[in-house]
Amino acid sequence: MSILAQVAYEATSKAEAQAITAAGYAGLAYGLATLGPGIGIGYLVGQSVQAMARQPEAAGMVRTTMFLGIAFTEALALIGFVVFILLKFV
Amino acid sequence: MIFGLEFPPIENLVEWPNFFGPQDSWYGFNKIALINLIALVATAGLFLVASRKKTLEPATNAPRGSRNLVESAVSFVRDGIIMETIGREGLKYLPYLVSLFFFIFISNIFEVIPFFHMPANARMAGPAVLALITWVFFIAVGLKHQGPKYFWNAVAPPGVPKALLPLVIPIELLSTFIVRPFSLAVRLFANMLAGHILLVTFSVLCITLFTASLLIVVLPFSFVMLVGLTGFEIMVAFLQAYIFTILASVYIGSSMHAEH
Repeated sequence: MSILAQVAYEATSKAEAQAITAAGYAGLAYGLATLGPGIGIGYLVGQSVQAMARQPEAAGMVRTTMFLGIAFTEALALIGFVVFILLKFV
Repeated sequence: MIFGLEFPPIENLVEWPNFFGPQDSWYGFNKIALINLIALVATAGLFLVASRKKTLEPATNAPRGSRNLVESAVSFVRDGIIMETIGREGLKYLPYLVSLFFFIFISNIFEVIPFFHMPANARMAGPAVLALITWVFFIAVGLKHQGPKYFWNAVAPPGVPKALLPLVIPIELLSTFIVRPFSLAVRLFANMLAGHILLVTFSVLCITLFTASLLIVVLPFSFVMLVGLTGFEIMVAFLQAYIFTILASVYIGSSMHAEH
């Protein structure tokens, strides 16, 4: 039995146990939401660095596009974070 | 509650009592409103001060002081954002984007300013209004440049095969008019809220370790982490202002011409 489940088991009231389980799932949801964007941003920035190293004169354009791509990719992780907040605190 | 660590409930982190006026009234004035007001006055004041003649060097006519700062910021938005995403014809939207950038940056930077320690954009209302203004702005730009045909061009880009239209129209409708403002607002909001919670977590950890008996040996590491994260949050505050501005610029640019 995991620590989380133990804590939930030992909690006195049922509502409290439910809240703790929800908090656990909130952490799980956020953890899963980070996986894709993490890989995506890593790949994106890696490729951008490669492009900048190969063609330093295009660095400005690549950097702008890189930030755009990061912003779009990051949105998924941030929606995961908002879901985390909603599950945990609301 | 782990090892006596008492994390405050989220309401204590982001909800502020009114300075005056009853709670939930339309004229209530709290810390968030104060920060937004300061950001507004600071943005306007900076440009008014910088535009005076006194800020030029008498001999060489070179900018100095606040004008130096403002000119470099304007040229950053012009060359780094507008010229890269829209091109020359986007220069007439420079004032909107510069004021957007300054307003967001100043209201974000209050995250690390002592006695405030609260980014105004960690409440959803601020980012939502900014995203709505941007939404109205890019639709208005599209209507101005393409006329009423803008809505059709936006949902069905020219050159798409007729057979694909039933698939393309709902997707484009959703992504252009609903996902764009939503993701703009959520991106800014969630980044600032996450940063705020991160700083609060490490502050609470430092305070708890300060009173702990044996675990106090961990305190220096925790404190160094807090200082490092404060620097990181300054970078995030700048980066989020930059990303919001650059995305607004991309959206404005995309509604100037039909995509193809």
